[in-house]
Amino acid sequence: MTMMKKLLASAVASTLMVGGAQAEISNNTVKIGYLADMSGTYRDLAGPNGLKALEMAIKDFGGKVNGAKIEVVSADDRNSPDTSSSTVRRWVENEDVDMVAGMVASSVSIAVSKILEENDRLGIISGSAASSITNEHCTPNHIHYVYDTYPLANGTASAVVKEGGKTWYMLTADYAFGQALESDVRQVVEANGGEVIGAVRHPFPTQDFSSFILQAQASGADVVGLANAGSDTTNAITTASEFGLTQSGQTLAALLLFLTDVHALGAETAQGIQLTTGWYWDMNDETREWSDRFMDETGVRPTMVHAGIYSSTLHYLNSVAAAGSDDAQTVRKQMMDTPINDMFAKNGTIRVDGRMVHDMYLAEVKTPAESKSEWDLYKILRTIPADEAYRPLSESKCKLVKM
Amino acid sequence: MNNSVNSTDIHKAIVAEQKAQDRKKMMVNGVLLLLLLAAPFVLYPVFLMKILCFALFAVAFNLLFGFTGLLSFGHAAFLATGGYTTGYLLSNYSGLTTELGIIAGTLAATVMGTAFALLSIRRQGIYFAMVTLALAQLVFFFYVQSDFTGGEDGMHGIPRGKLLGVLDLEDNMNMYYVVLAVFIGCYLLVQRIVSSPFGQVLKAIKQNEPRAVSLGYNVDRYKILAFVISAALAGLAGSMKSVVFQLASLNDAHWHMSGEVILMTLVGGMGTLLGPVVGATFVVNVEYQLAQGPLRDWVDPILGGIFVLTVLAFRSGIVGEIQKFMKKNLG
Amino acid sequence: MTMIFGVPLAVLSGQLLIGVINGAFYALLSLGLAVIFGLLKIINFAHGAMYMLGALVTVVLFDLMGVNYWVALFVAPLLVGAFGILIEYFLLRRIAGQDHIYSLLLTFGVALIIQGVLTNIYGVSGLRYSMPDLFKGGMNLGFMFLPYYRAWVIVVALLVCFGTWFVIEKTKLGAYLRAGTEDSQLMQGFGINVPLLVSLTYGFGVMLAAFAGVLAAPIYSVTPVMGSNTLIVVFAVVVIGGMGSIGGAIITGILMGVIEGLTKTFYPPASSAVIFLVMVVVLMFRPNGLFGKEA
Repeated sequence: MTMMKKLLASAVASTLMVGGAQAEISNNTVKIGYLADMSGTYRDLAGPNGLKALEMAIKDFGGKVNGAKIEVVSADDRNSPDTSSSTVRRWVENEDVDMVAGMVASSVSIAVSKILEENDRLGIISGSAASSITNEHCTPNHIHYVYDTYPLANGTASAVVKEGGKTWYMLTADYAFGQALESDVRQVVEANGGEVIGAVRHPFPTQDFSSFILQAQASGADVVGLANAGSDTTNAITTASEFGLTQSGQTLAALLLFLTDVHALGAETAQGIQLTTGWYWDMNDETREWSDRFMDETGVRPTMVHAGIYSSTLHYLNSVAAAGSDDAQTVRKQMMDTPINDMFAKNGTIRVDGRMVHDMYLAEVKTPAESKSEWDLYKILRTIPADEAYRPLSESKCKLVKM
Repeated sequence: MNNSVNSTDIHKAIVAEQKAQDRKKMMVNGVLLLLLLAAPFVLYPVFLMKILCFALFAVAFNLLFGFTGLLSFGHAAFLATGGYTTGYLLSNYSGLTTELGIIAGTLAATVMGTAFALLSIRRQGIYFAMVTLALAQLVFFFYVQSDFTGGEDGMHGIPRGKLLGVLDLEDNMNMYYVVLAVFIGCYLLVQRIVSSPFGQVLKAIKQNEPRAVSLGYNVDRYKILAFVISAALAGLAGSMKSVVFQLASLNDAHWHMSGEVILMTLVGGMGTLLGPVVGATFVVNVEYQLAQGPLRDWVDPILGGIFVLTVLAFRSGIVGEIQKFMKKNLG
Repeated sequence: MTMIFGVPLAVLSGQLLIGVINGAFYALLSLGLAVIFGLLKIINFAHGAMYMLGALVTVVLFDLMGVNYWVALFVAPLLVGAFGILIEYFLLRRIAGQDHIYSLLLTFGVALIIQGVLTNIYGVSGLRYSMPDLFKGGMNLGFMFLPYYRAWVIVVALLVCFGTWFVIEKTKLGAYLRAGTEDSQLMQGFGINVPLLVSLTYGFGVMLAAFAGVLAAPIYSVTPVMGSNTLIVVFAVVVIGGMGSIGGAIITGILMGVIEGLTKTFYPPASSAVIFLVMVVVLMFRPNGLFGKEA
């Protein structure tokens, strides 16, 4: 009898608890807004395939959180902070969106994070590179998940200097992102006993790099560092290969290179380039299994951003379930308290400034002989431990750190 | 004798007709005004303000393109200059009240507009368009290079502050009515300009510049003045936009923005007063709604299609076509 | 080492040569634009998109059917040219006789459609295309390493430019063309099919852009948006040269390549802005461009 009572009581209690938790999920719905460039320059980084990754995460999670349904809305950010802020304002103020995911252009990410802070909702930025997002622009309402410029510069530059690339010549895209990357590289190179002997700031975008490659060749530097992105980087690499930069003994170091870029270049042109990445599809069985599923959905291999969108969405949903609430601060705390262990990251943690720190990888592009298939492009040379990769909190300008 | 009676009759008839038309116009304007006043209770105020800012931008552009016949391909420069100036001042000088920031932004655009006008006004047709484009590209280059704009990250967290130090603009409703008041003021101003003798000269220049010259008008001076007013209003639109959104970005300075304002004016109906307002409302809405709908990935090609369709089939724009229709069917 | 303004002479010679090569490339692109404007008075804002199509078709033909570079050099411009003729026939013809501005707006819309649709199909990362084997490697000129491919680009671009100029300005065919487009009624009277002439001229201008696109495929990242920024630069070249002046477009193209090259050496950040500066200055002193006729 008492046994029965106890069981009954605990059953009642647990239904009550579930009921209580449900009551804390607003509208009994967890609503996620996916905002990314769907049609412009950054489309292939996150874009329509990022939405697929997000939907995969929801499906894998089971489609419901503690009985509450999960809804997704999505929009093209047009790479415009105005358009993005109108969209996100409507999402959070009129449509009860709880979390905004995706985001690539730094102007968009920063604008959206301000609105999320005003309305106390959560944002998980996966596509942006700017490290300022969790530095001077940090808010208690967003998380920067996949990578930023600091580990990119850090990982690649220190590895290349240690291998003997002492003198550097930088080709830098002449805008905030490129300049940040260049100054980070300078610091790392000098700290490791190397020297940046010259730099050229090229306009963004530039199609013909021959003039700059010629200047880099004339400089006689051991290493030519590319502090640019997207088609600027692929154009620079193509031209470098055409002008025989590597044959004449110089090394190319690309600071921001995505799998899609390397795929566009092909192993023949890009071989031997060292780069830092947050994730690669062909690292282990777990990553391969997920990437196969992704490829079935989209027809391409995922970039680190796609994997990050999947991982962060899953982590978010798990945290909502564990906290029993979709309140931004409660969920953020839960997300910070739980280490991330999945196919994307091992022991990844979210810091107080919103930076998700996890191991990064130094990779080298395979030669055509080594590359067995279209997407078989990287070999991982080294794992860069999380605490070594990212900017330490002691150097942070984030208002949340000083508090 | 008979003749003179006839002509006074005709004159009377014309006056009566004009009065009737004016009444019709007044009615339309009154209804529109009521709609605008009520709108923020139904629709989202920030989005409405975005439409108003772009509508003002298009009205400014139309003064030059639609009424004077000068196609500027560089109006983005004024929008951005207004926005950046206001944004910079309001962010860095906390003592500044909002309206002073906006006035300063407008002034900066006016000065730039004067410089553009002096450098470009003697060029004809496509050369005029290209000089304004080139100057705007140089302005874009300057903003990319300058630290204060935040480069491609943009300028963020611009405080809305208080109007005259009293009215709290952080409140969207307050902000909306301020933007609406400025917009209506500017719209009426342009209406006034267009129907004034000055406006008649502008129209004469558009129709036949050599004739205007031979009639003894200093055509260049008229064109410069039209350009400067247009630039000032475009700058004002940019200033208000930066306050509304609390941000300013390079998008506003890019030549695509100069293209977009052409699209707005053309779609709405260039050379009509209401056209650019309708056009801006239409384009901003299309872009915004499409970006969130199932056609999300196809916004650019659809905008391109609208361009093509307008040029081929509705060259007078929405308002122009309606006017034609009314004239044809309602006398 | 001899230095000029702090730059070694060897480097400077290299930069000048690169400037001439890029200039020849600009000349080729500008030429098509100038032909279309000069003969048809159409402001072709779809020129960048046509250049992109030339490159994209080259890559896609190779991927789908293994069509090699040499064949593509002929086939891609023909295909894109045919597409241009369709645009002329179905769209541009309907606004013939209207203000030029409408052709600008119409072709701008067409470019947005083409780019947007292709972006959704091919993405923006770029499509892979290998250098033809014949052109791999290069020669050492002493002051610089010159890839064979760049040498080919300059030779073929200049040949095509000169050929086009010669045909239009110096031959009977060119005379017909100029007359036919200037006074179409008269030429109709002589039994010449003027609408066909217009279509073919537009198609030819587009072919030149597509040809430049094929030349670009092995050396630049091929994406659906590669033409949108090039367009503005090429427009600047044509305007500086004087809209419609074919010789002017060629000479200005090369000149701008060199000026841009020098800017890339002395003050690289301004290298994309310098052309616009030149344009403002030139138009201040010569309202119809360097080689333009009085409007």
